[in-house]
Amino acid sequence: MIEAQPQNQPARRAASWWPRLNSGALTWGRLSLTLHAFLMYLFLYGPILVLVVFSFTRDEFGVRWTGFTLEWYVRMFANDRLMGAAGNTLYVAFVSTVVSTIFGTLLALAMERHRFRGRTGVDAVIYLPVVIPEIAMAVSLLAFSALVLEFIRVVTGEVVRRSFLTVIIGHIAFSISFVTIVVRASLKHFDRRLEEAARDLGANSWQTFWRITFPMILPGILGGALLAFTLSLDNFIISLFLSGPGTSLLPVEVYNKVRRAITPEINAISTLMLAVSITLVVLSQLVQRRR
Amino acid sequence: MHKGYAIELANVVKRFGEVAAVDHVTLQIHDGEFFSLLGPSGCGKTTTLRMIAGFEYPSGGELMIHGRPMATVPPHHRPVNTVFQSYALFPHMTVAQNVAFGLKMKRVPKAELGARVQAALDMVRLAGFAERYPRQMSGGQQQRVALARALVNQPEVLLLDEPLGALDQKLRKEMQLELKSLQHRVGITFIFVTHDQEEALTMSDRIAVMNQGKVLQVGTPTEIYERPTCKFVADFIGETNFIEGKVVEQGDEYATIQTPDGLQLRGYTPLPVNVGEAATLSLRPEKARLILPIHARPDDAFTMPVHVEMITYIGSDTRITVRLNEGRTLDVWEQNTLSTLDRNAYWQPGEAAVLVCPPANALVLTE
Repeated sequence: MIEAQPQNQPARRAASWWPRLNSGALTWGRLSLTLHAFLMYLFLYGPILVLVVFSFTRDEFGVRWTGFTLEWYVRMFANDRLMGAAGNTLYVAFVSTVVSTIFGTLLALAMERHRFRGRTGVDAVIYLPVVIPEIAMAVSLLAFSALVLEFIRVVTGEVVRRSFLTVIIGHIAFSISFVTIVVRASLKHFDRRLEEAARDLGANSWQTFWRITFPMILPGILGGALLAFTLSLDNFIISLFLSGPGTSLLPVEVYNKVRRAITPEINAISTLMLAVSITLVVLSQLVQRRR
Repeated sequence: MHKGYAIELANVVKRFGEVAAVDHVTLQIHDGEFFSLLGPSGCGKTTTLRMIAGFEYPSGGELMIHGRPMATVPPHHRPVNTVFQSYALFPHMTVAQNVAFGLKMKRVPKAELGARVQAALDMVRLAGFAERYPRQMSGGQQQRVALARALVNQPEVLLLDEPLGALDQKLRKEMQLELKSLQHRVGITFIFVTHDQEEALTMSDRIAVMNQGKVLQVGTPTEIYERPTCKFVADFIGETNFIEGKVVEQGDEYATIQTPDGLQLRGYTPLPVNVGEAATLSLRPEKARLILPIHARPDDAFTMPVHVEMITYIGSDTRITVRLNEGRTLDVWEQNTLSTLDRNAYWQPGEAAVLVCPPANALVLTE
């Protein structure tokens, strides 16, 4: 019976994981497409790979591979300036995420649930921070904060410097838009008849929100929060413009270090930031997919 | 229990912008009744139900549940529960949690809550499914969860918004009978919204036929089918032949109409008519009879010479389209009471026949 099987079947089956490249004709079109994909990934991820690899090199300029070491990570953790900036960054990211998630969610609920005057206007303005150049946003926030600080000086006579507060407000300003986008998407999929069913079963509006609406859109809210956190962690321009003395954030600190010299320590801290960002983005995707 | 009407609507109007979705509806629904709102989509039946549930407030008129005015009472304070068309089960809760939701909102003690949830699941034959999630169940099972979730609250009135619409034909028939027997057991007033006339006839004690926001007729299934008071109801419920004409003679219960081509037909008048009025004769296809011309006596009243045009054999019935001599066609259904393969036992296309239309089987309608 075994002999009765067609002879070419095992060969075909073995080749099936390698899609069609070695079965059938290898045309120029197919070859150039494959090459294109390969180069695209190389340009996208090559530099990142180099960065990660050279964070482990012994070479003190971090540009040649001279053997494996964790020394730069050790130095990085011992560097008070860097660690201080990392702490600042986490603090700013945490506070701005909490605030922007609450406001962004409320905004999304208002936009999806209510018809009010000026709704279309608000709708258009919400996404402005997403589309306008970050530098424009940074300059406007700087000018605005200067104005407010000057106003406080004139009124109270006290000189107020830019501080964590200004940076946090700046981060909140752009994060709200992103949170709103993500939460609105999950509200769009939400079946409002579930809320009617809850009302019908004796729940008031408050109970309906906390027992039905909130658990259902929670993945969207968490996704938005993780996105806001990631965006705050690696924000550079707004952080640079709005931070005051003693509130320097990690991306700004890294930039200052790079201006003097590229050391493997920079590679190490960048690799760490990369790892944190990727983890958060993956987490936010997982959270949103879970239903 | 309360006496009198479970639900009373008096001149209830619901406007959405300029459009009146519900237009001066007046209904009295008895306690313990299985009452259907029947009509085509957009006729206002669902809006009426949503006003009873409290999801919409009337723009005008009076709405009472067991004598208590309800017009502006929010849904969570009304003694009614709804089974939604799409079931609207909470996807993040198990079946037991879904069913327990209403009791939790009423702060029913834990021990009692568990027992009542169990009893409700037993009632809809889902005892073993308490820990499942809605997505792990079939459409029919989800439907029964929705029923249990509503009935566990012991509402005064249960509202059902086309609850069988998403089920396949066979399951639908089963659920129709199951719902009917469930209603008998629990003794709660059911208000059932449907666009399916057969469903409404099968299940209801009484039916309100709606069109364009208005209630056209309220009656038992027999009344609605046998004595429709207007053309819309006669046409929407079951099938019928319409013959247009003018009233030429009018008696106590019967009237005669004359068609433009001189044919005179007589029928029962559910509403009074006047001589000279335009009217329509409605003749249900199963209430007409075809006989061979040799069996017709020449002095037979209310007969029409016809020719058989088309035969459709559908098993239980044979549906025959006949052409009247002046060109009009009518449908006649004959029950296949004989089991035979003999072709001569059936009508043949082209054959001459006589259609017998007894006045008691036809209706003269003016609207």
